Formats: sequence, structure tokens, C-alpha cells
Amino acid sequence: MNIFDILGPVMVGPSSSHTAGAVRIGLVTKKLLGAVPVKAVITLSGSFSATGVGHGTDRALVAGLLGMKPDNICIPESFEYAKKEGMEFSFIHENIRGAHPNTALLEVWDSTGRTVAVQASSLGGGRIMVNKLDGVQIDVTAERPALIVHNLDQPGHVAEVTSMLAHKSINIATLNLYRNKRGGDAVMVIETDQNIPASSLEWLKRVEGIMKVTCLNLGEEEG
Amino acid sequence: MAYQSVEGILKYCRAQGKRFFEAVLEDDMEERKVSREESLKEMYDMWDAMLLAGTSYEKEARSASRLVGGQGAAVEEYRKKGDTLCGDYLNQVIEQALEMGESNACMKRIVAAPTAGACGVLPAVLIPFYRSGQGSHEQIVEALYVAAGIGQVIASRAFIAGAAGGCQAEIGAASSMAAAALVALKGGTNEQIVHGAAMALKNLLGLVCDPVAGLVEVPCVKRNVAGAVNAMACADMALAGIASAIPADQVFDAMREVGEKMHPSLRETGEGGLAATKEGMRIVGELRH
Repeated sequence: MNIFDILGPVMVGPSSSHTAGAVRIGLVTKKLLGAVPVKAVITLSGSFSATGVGHGTDRALVAGLLGMKPDNICIPESFEYAKKEGMEFSFIHENIRGAHPNTALLEVWDSTGRTVAVQASSLGGGRIMVNKLDGVQIDVTAERPALIVHNLDQPGHVAEVTSMLAHKSINIATLNLYRNKRGGDAVMVIETDQNIPASSLEWLKRVEGIMKVTCLNLGEEEG
Repeated sequence: MAYQSVEGILKYCRAQGKRFFEAVLEDDMEERKVSREESLKEMYDMWDAMLLAGTSYEKEARSASRLVGGQGAAVEEYRKKGDTLCGDYLNQVIEQALEMGESNACMKRIVAAPTAGACGVLPAVLIPFYRSGQGSHEQIVEALYVAAGIGQVIASRAFIAGAAGGCQAEIGAASSMAAAALVALKGGTNEQIVHGAAMALKNLLGLVCDPVAGLVEVPCVKRNVAGAVNAMACADMALAGIASAIPADQVFDAMREVGEKMHPSLRETGEGGLAATKEGMRIVGELRH
């Protein structure tokens, strides 16, 4: 831990895990969607469900979806801001089996109909972990950029993605591959040391056999 | 590499002829690959954010559960009548600790130090010190490095989260950091800084994390007062030349051991201690409706 993990973060209270961490979960979800959602269905699990309202966890998650950072003094009024921006949101209180005590599942849609489902947990001190994306276990910390590619389970797609990264001088930190069955749907989860340019993401989306590209770049709004 | 022991910091200071804060500042430059100016700028920003948080208090604000709010204002009113037990200055400390804790509970912007629940301790001792003209911004920023250095060692040898080690890991750690900062501000030696930190944590060893309804409100807000007042007393003891019989690093290790032995119901689960009292449970029932 560096000294500004000890003194800091500057945040809206009352809890680093239930408030600041929840804002970050919302922010990461917005980034994974690529836009402020027009609709969000949020499931609060475990301690997020039990004590979340008292900690403002619900308002913090919506604030993050709107792009607010953990120190934004508008967090307590995020519901009103969401209404102003035309974002529809609802909450479900339900325990997600096997999940960390501070977990939320955010299903979000943008205006074009694109959707992602992000299950994430708040680990304490404002640190978070994205456990699942669209039901697939990915376990990325959101402290590094991440690229998640859904593709058909065919030869060559990993090579296409990794050579694109090599071409852009992006170093791979971790790489994990999953598939539901041979020749079925596959997912690759790549954590990198550098952000991935938007143009490369656009190119990837057009590659045959690649069905969905989701990216988490680090930027200003991560604070 | 961050310091793993205060003995390591003291050793560095002795060998290089440095002050405590310089050892922490230089380590931060090395660890995060930043310049002295960049590191100092960030620390000034933290101090600035603390001062700003101090001014954002609203006496009418109430927390989500309505259990918390207006208490700092009550102390202010009482203090201004001029007939207190602890005197005007210590009542300013009490007032600031309550106000910051209440602001946190009311979703205002605060500086976690080291946690949101313990965010009132450091400002409670530093803001009155600054406002009474005893220290400049520069001196307080230096003292924040001292506090951060102590906090960093506590985090590496033990923990700084109630869920991991009880309230001793939050208010206890904050109090230890605050005592060290105060000794530094009053011109104490590096060794006195460390004795102040050790004594402050010793006094709060074993403190459990038992928040009513799991909220950062009761007893968290008032425990910020305990942390701040304890820090003042321990800093004065250290400056008087009193040493901690147990070296600071061993006190931190003891905090870890105590935290690990602490029953899970006493580690931020809201299931034991004050949270499990008849009144605590009644409040839980009330909040459900």
C-alpha cells in the first residue's frame, strides 16, 4: 500500500467498501457498456442488500453509472440526476450464491440496445473486483486495462487479437480463455499494461467470428 | 519498497540524519516513481480536502438512519459557554471529531484516514492546531507524512479495516497516526514520534467493531472522539519523555494477533457487541420499516 492508500481516498461517505467501492463498480460498468446506460437493473446481494440503503450503496452504484467519481458531492442526489438524464433504474434484493458478501449484479442497456451484465464485488478500502461479465467468470481488478472478446470457438481468433495488441505495442499482463463447448461460444479475457485505442476496438468488432468486444480502459475518471 | 517496520524508518533516519517525515516522503518518491514536488502536491491536496471537509459540516444534516447528526454543533454551543471540564481547546478537538464523523455518515465528502469510519481523528487534532496558529500548512503537510508512514507500517504488519481486525484497526490505527503527527508538529524527536504512536494504539487495543445495523454511525462517530483525545494525551506523554514499554512494531504485531483472535461477530458484521444489544436490535427493526 502506498501512503495515499493510507491517507485517502477523498470520497463521499459513509463507507469505503459500501459507498466508494460501489461508485467504482458503477463506473466500471459504464465503461464496459461504453456509454451511460438508458436502463439498469441492479441486484444487491449479501451485505450490499442488508445494509446498502443505509450506506447509500444504491445511490452510489447509480452515481457510478452516470460517470460520477467517488468524491463527487452529487452522489447522494444520483437518483434525481439519473431521472434528468433519462436513465431508468430498478433494484432487486437477492442473494447471489457463492458471491463475495459485498456484491452487485448490474444489467445495463445503452440506447442502441447493446447490453452487458456485470457482477462485481467491493473488497474494502474502495478496491473492487469484476467477477463476471455476461455470466462468464473473469475476475479482473479494474486496476489494469482489460479487453474481453466473445468469439466463435474457431482457430485463429486469439492470434488475431494478440497480433493486433502486438502491433499497437500493448503488453499483455494476463490472458484467459474460456468456451462453453468445442466449436461453440468462446471468451478471451486479456489484461494489459496499456490502454487499447478505440480504433483497434472498432477493427476487432468487424472481424468475422468475433461477436462482441468489451473494453475497460483506465482514464481520468478512475481518479 | 514501503517500510515494514518503524524501526526501519528510525534506522534510515539515524543513518542519513533525516527527520521522520523525510524518510516517508523519500520512500514515496521511490515507490511511486514521483518527484518530491509531485508527492508534496498530493499531500497538500489531502490537507486541503480535509480542511474543506471541515467546513462542509451542516448541523441540520441527519444520517440515513437519523441516528447521527447535530452533535458537533451541540459541543460547539456548550464549549462557547466557557464552562467545560476539558477546556476550550480539547473541546474543539471533540467537536471536530464529531463533525467529521457526522459528515461522513451524512454522505459528505471526507478524506479516509485510514478509513472512512475513522475519518474524524486526524482532522480533529490537526484542524484546531492549524486554526489556533500553532502550525503552518507546510508543517501540517509534513506531519501528514509522519501519520501516513505510521499507518503504512500498521497496514503492513497488521490491518486497517474493521472487518479484518475490529475497531482497533480503524480508530486505533488513526489514533496512533494522529499521536505521531502531533509529536512531530510539536518538535518531538523521531523516537518520541514512535513512542506516541505506540502508546496511542496500546490504549485502544482490543476495541471491537460493532456498528448498530451495520452502519458507520453508532458507535463509530463518537469513537472518533476517543481516538482524537487519546492521541492528544499520548502525544503529550511522549513529549514529556515517557516511553512506550513495548516497542511500536511489537504493539502493531499484538494488534494483529488480537484482531485475528477477535470473534467474527465483533468484526463489522453488526452481529455482536453494541449491535447485538436490545436497543441495537430495536433500531435494526425500526430501519426495516
